[in-house]
This record gives sequence, structure tokens and C-alpha cells, in this order.
Amino acid sequence: MFNENINITDYCSKRERLPLVPKISPNWITADYLGSVKCRISNSFRMKYKVAPGLYSLGEPDENSDVFASANYKLSFDILRKALNGLSAWILVLDTKGINVWCAAGKGTFGTAELVKRINKVKLTNVVNHMRIIVPQLGAVGINADEVRKQTGFKVYFGPVYAKDIKNYIEAGKRKTPEMRKIEFSTLNRLILTPMEIIPAIKKFFIFAIVVLLFFGLQPAGVIFKNAWVSGAPFLLFGLISIIGGAFITPVLLPFIPFRSFAIKGWIIGIISVAFILFFLNLHGQKNGLIRSVDFLFFPMASSYLALQFTGSTTFTNMSGVKKELKIALPIYLISVAISIILLVIYKLHKLAVI
Amino acid sequence: MKYLKNSASLNFITEKCTNCLICIDVCPHEVFAVKNKKVRVVDKDLCMECGACALNCKYGAISVNSGVGCASGIINGMLSGGAPSCDCGSSSSAECC
Repeated sequence: MFNENINITDYCSKRERLPLVPKISPNWITADYLGSVKCRISNSFRMKYKVAPGLYSLGEPDENSDVFASANYKLSFDILRKALNGLSAWILVLDTKGINVWCAAGKGTFGTAELVKRINKVKLTNVVNHMRIIVPQLGAVGINADEVRKQTGFKVYFGPVYAKDIKNYIEAGKRKTPEMRKIEFSTLNRLILTPMEIIPAIKKFFIFAIVVLLFFGLQPAGVIFKNAWVSGAPFLLFGLISIIGGAFITPVLLPFIPFRSFAIKGWIIGIISVAFILFFLNLHGQKNGLIRSVDFLFFPMASSYLALQFTGSTTFTNMSGVKKELKIALPIYLISVAISIILLVIYKLHKLAVI
Repeated sequence: MKYLKNSASLNFITEKCTNCLICIDVCPHEVFAVKNKKVRVVDKDLCMECGACALNCKYGAISVNSGVGCASGIINGMLSGGAPSCDCGSSSSAECC
């Protein structure tokens, strides 16, 4: 009845050594799927989409099982646990304030200090009898492997960029193929990112719409709604077109649009869109030279500005380059806006028969 | 996909390199490669200035001016006079990379 082979002291000390490590499943439930979509759409939701930092166990890990470090952005954590399906492992979640591994590493929250602190806090040396920890490769932006080893004794293995490659990486004896090191930026990746470009732009569009309607509606007698709508509608359409051009078409077609500069890419899409609309739609008031100049000056530039914003979501642009682009583009943007306003004021004064 | 020509601030000092290969291991864009048994920068235009190589190079052979690469972050930095920042940590409504 009694198993004499169990060393009671060992057994008890082990129980004590392993305090409550939450067990997690590799399977996603409906809420996980819904959350993965929602955090691509809503900023406020994403910023609160977190798991508690600390140690988690997946499968039936023991003291020889691998330890994987992750961020406490729930989507990062979910993708990792899903990818580890079938394996028994420990997951060490760092407190990255709910930000994904790469961004958090860039800001230093997924960093050497936090990793060292978390290793000590969960007493990782009591949980495993090896000194290895697997960190996502993109975490290397914030984690100095040499420093972690000096401070904790743990040797950092920079794993693959993508969680989906983890199983192959482990099977190959923690060896990465060149493909496992590379970051992708497929059309689908870019498409997924566009809602976060479009939604903030739409918010600005409402302010733009109010200004446009007031401008066209303004008469000596007050704001005339009919004038506002009839003359303002084409501008609202162009506004929407530049959002679609800069925040959707440019990101999705990115590699197929000529030039490396995002500002130029966005401008090209913007000017094509404006020309296309003017050619195919007979819009009210657009035959006026002043208005037409504004169409071609302002809207492609708005599209260019939005396209430039997308640099923050890409996986290959660099800060020096974006600064270089901004240095040239910002003055052009400001001058274009100023000229557009002057042209519109002249147009308005002309309409009101002042000049 | 490549970004602007000759814009990356990556600087590699061959003399300090010991060919430990950590840079090749952490770079997500294959900027480095072994040529004639020595680590070399293959294409600087591929560099996105993430800084992983410079942080993990024990021998100080790599330097790169890394930071937030998003336009709104850089504009924020220009306006506030500080470093580019998209303020993910402090504000719950702020956009983030």
C-alpha cells in the first residue's frame, strides 16, 4: 500500500519548492479568439489585454523542462501557449505593461532588468535544475544575454522569431534555421494592421468634415446647410479617399508601389486616387481652377502623411530613415496646407463677390 | 522590402569583432553574414535599427542609433524636445507600435 521508494523529505521539500504555479492549457477558448480580433481594432481594449506576470506551467513540466519567457500582453502569451501544444514547459511571463515582446523590448520593459527580477522573484532555480531560458529572438532588442548570465546564472537562448517555429527549434536541439530568424511582413500581416491606421484617421476626418462643411456653408446670412453639403461633399469624398489611399491601399500594396520612401508611396496612391475620382465622377464645383488645385495639392499630401504613419507598424523601417523623411516631408506638408487654405480663402472671397 | 538607401546608423567595427556570431543570431533581417570566416555587414539598408546586435555584442563592435521608428513618435519627440516616444506605458489611450 505504501510506496517506500518515495523519499518523504524530498517529496515534501519539493511540494514546498513549487508554490502555486498556475496550470494553463494550450487550447484557446472562444474568448481568446474574440480577444485576438478585438485587440487589433480597439486601442483601449488592447492596452488592457494582459495576463498576470509570473510563472505558469503548461502540460506536465518537471525540473528538466524548458522555460520560455514571454510578455504579459495576453495575445503574445496566448500565441506562445498555443504553439507549445503537446510540449510540457514553464512559461515565465514578464511584466511588460501589457505590451508585446518586440515593442516592450524596444522600450526596455521586456528587458534585462525585468527578466533578472522575474527569475529571482519566482525562484526559478528552485523550479528547474538546469540554467537555460528561451527568450523570443525579438526580445534581444531589450535583453542582454551576457548580463542575464552574469546576474542570474541563466543562459539565454534566443529562440525563433515566431512561436510557430518553437517545436522545430526544440526538435533541432535549439538550433535555428536562417528562416526562423527572419521577420516576415506579408500582405496578410499588413492587412491586419490597417484598422489601427484607419480608425485614428477617421477620428481626425470628423474634425476635417466639420471645418469643410462650415467653410462651404458660410454665407453672409449664416451657415447655409444646402451650400455646405453640395459644395463640401466632394471634399469629404476626397478626404475619405485619402484615408483609404494612405492608411489602407499604401500599407497593403506596399512592396508594389515604386520608391522606398513611405511619404512618396502615399503621395502616389493619393494623386492616382484623386485623378481617378475626378475623371470618373462629375463632382459639383470641381471644374473651378482653385478648387481643383486644392484637390491635387491637399489630398495626395494627406494620403502621404497617413502612409508615413505606417512606418511605425512595419518591420523594416528605421528611425534614421523616418527622421530623414520627416525632415523633408513636414515642411512640404505645412506649406501645402497653408497654400490650400489661401486658395480656398481666395475662392470663397470670389464666390461672395468680395473680389 | 528595403527602406531608404544609406539611412541606417549601423556601425560595425571589424577589428573589435571576435566572430561570436551573436549578431547573426539576433538580427531579424540578415544584415550580418559570415564571409571568408569573418562576420560582415551584408546590406546596411536592411537594418531597422532595433539595436539587438549592439546590445548583445560583448565586444563593443557594433553601434546603432536605435529608437522608436514611427512617424507620430518622432513628431511627438520633436514637439516635446525629447526622445521619440509613442507613450505606450503612461497613457491608456495612446497608440502604440
